[in-house]
Amino acid sequence: MPDVLSAPLVVEFPFTRSLGPVQSAFLTGLRERVVLGVRTTDDRTLVPPVEYDPVTAEEIRDLVEVTPTGTVTTWAWNHAPRRGQPLTTPFAWVLVRLDGADTALLHALDAPGPDAVRTGMRVRVRWAEERTGAITDIACFEPYDGEAGEPGATGKSVPAGGHSGVFGDPITGIVAPARLDYTYSPGRAQSAYIEALSARRTVGERCPSCRKVYVPPRGACPTCGVATAEQVEVGPRGTVTTFCIVNIKAKNLDIEVPYVYAHIALDGADLALHARIGGIPYDQVRMGLRVAPVWTEGARYPDHYRPTGEPDAAYETYKELL
Amino acid sequence: MSKEPVAVVGIGQTRHVAARRDVSIAGLVREAAGRALDDAELTWADVDAVVIGKAPDFFEGVMMPELYLADALGAVGKPMLRVHTAGSVGGSTALVAAGLVAARVHGTVLTLAFEKQSESNAMWGLSLPIPFQQPLLAGAGGFFAPHVRAYMRRSGAPDTVGALVAYKDRRNALKNPYAHLHEHDITLEKVVASPMLWDPIRYSETCPSSDGACAMVLTDRAGAARAPRPPAWLLGGAMRSEPTLFAGKDFVSPQAGKDCAADVYRQAGITDPRRDIDAAEIYVPFSWYEPMWLENLGFAAEGEGWKLTESGVTALDGDLPVNMSGGVLSTNPIGASGMIRFAEAALQVRGQAGAHQVDGARRVLGHAYGGGSQFFAMWLVGSAPPGS
Repeated sequence: MPDVLSAPLVVEFPFTRSLGPVQSAFLTGLRERVVLGVRTTDDRTLVPPVEYDPVTAEEIRDLVEVTPTGTVTTWAWNHAPRRGQPLTTPFAWVLVRLDGADTALLHALDAPGPDAVRTGMRVRVRWAEERTGAITDIACFEPYDGEAGEPGATGKSVPAGGHSGVFGDPITGIVAPARLDYTYSPGRAQSAYIEALSARRTVGERCPSCRKVYVPPRGACPTCGVATAEQVEVGPRGTVTTFCIVNIKAKNLDIEVPYVYAHIALDGADLALHARIGGIPYDQVRMGLRVAPVWTEGARYPDHYRPTGEPDAAYETYKELL
Repeated sequence: MSKEPVAVVGIGQTRHVAARRDVSIAGLVREAAGRALDDAELTWADVDAVVIGKAPDFFEGVMMPELYLADALGAVGKPMLRVHTAGSVGGSTALVAAGLVAARVHGTVLTLAFEKQSESNAMWGLSLPIPFQQPLLAGAGGFFAPHVRAYMRRSGAPDTVGALVAYKDRRNALKNPYAHLHEHDITLEKVVASPMLWDPIRYSETCPSSDGACAMVLTDRAGAARAPRPPAWLLGGAMRSEPTLFAGKDFVSPQAGKDCAADVYRQAGITDPRRDIDAAEIYVPFSWYEPMWLENLGFAAEGEGWKLTESGVTALDGDLPVNMSGGVLSTNPIGASGMIRFAEAALQVRGQAGAHQVDGARRVLGHAYGGGSQFFAMWLVGSAPPGS
């Protein structure tokens, strides 16, 4: 049995977020070194703020400024920071209840070691030098010995009562890049299929129950629910069962349009695979066309399929393989 | 013990557009849910449970968004369920909610589905690169276009039918203020002249990408008796699935779709859908799926569906109007699209569909499908309670 293949798979995308009124005010405030909470109908102050009251479900918009000092309510030490985390040196994840708030905010605490962190310790915001209207405008928290509500934290006093939440040039949307790192393995059946392809052979597997030949093989028959093991070489020739003519250029694909994207039933296979047709003008491709693979040096898959010159297959012979 | 009858007493949706940059996801779902509650003249306290659906999390990149949406939907302290069945999810979400009422688990359930496509790129989310595999060569339309060609070959339909569907649905959308596309100057000539993207599918025969949400309030007999407006009654509902690809798969008329429709008709006592059903709102993301699904759903014999389209039977003033709302071809917030179909069916039998109301609609089918024609969800709703 060939080795089972494995390779890294990175999935990442710069998602965008429309913030809505409350998050817009919160993040714009951070840019201006102002931390905003929202007052609930039962007169609690939630930081970070939310749009809807968690108790009554009412829409809440009563913003209030809290101080950038607070108390750690619980924490966990992070020995080995990973890419994208707030600090590059070991730090504590903390929940901080800012003075004037009734709920805690998750952030990072810069501390020399876990012995320097305790629940109940006083901390204050360390603002980022460059602020853009993002949670990272709070670079992290740091230990702080002063009193609650003292202006020492930012040099500003906290206004009494609510905050309008209105700032010039508000942030209305952010980019939230996401990245997931996987190790992908196609499994035994696909690995064997790919191994055979390197010798330009197409090898599927036959279901022991319904006798259908699956290409590519999956290691199991999706209809019968039983494992497949019997290897069957199919092709190399096949029949175009149906197709479309692609007229729009796909991103990251170096293929000139128009081209034909076809379903091809390789001889001996019981379902069609998908590939490009070449070696024939796109408007002369037809259902039933007989084709054979064209390989390029070093490629894992055929580059495309070309006509063999055989007579077209009769519709009856492939109508179950569209 | 027989099932509790299920009634739709509230319907709400957002005005679907390409990008709702003025609201968060929470703000978007809230808008639809609030309108459904207003329609039912109920408050958050009247709701016993929330059932929410959307398409893959990769579409917005918020993992398990239902967790963060609990407070926006008044679900704190109540059961909240998330459903996912790809593009059919709006339909299956409503059916899961209906099941909770039918089983007398809950009296009144808020069900909602959404998508905010502008926050991501659905094509990216559906075509993540997989090591060792050849990249998909054609995009979403390229996946479906060969099946359309297979249908044309099998049925002998003239190649004009797809454009007729698109023209009809885009015109219907002009009567629906919630529809995304309002192409006031649409003509059949313009549809035919639009670029051929994935031959045989033209640009104007494809669905748009939308931001939107749709919500419904489902309730029991007692709730229906208190409702301020006529309810829509659930007469039959079913879901079926099958693998995306398997030897013997019929992409033109999948077995799971046939089985799902047969189950719905059996529950509702429908023996001849063409005669017994007054209108249908079916999931048609590419124009040719109208005749294909008409056959799959039993409204026409195999190979005959296109004749209903061509002869005007499926027009708004036809004998079997199809996609009165303008359909998926005019509005496509993917996760919500199935529920919009179900909601349109309910609006019709309640007589609340406004300018796109079908006169005398008493029994209307709502239909959704998703994945590579893998998941099916359908309901039949009526103006009178089941058994009456």
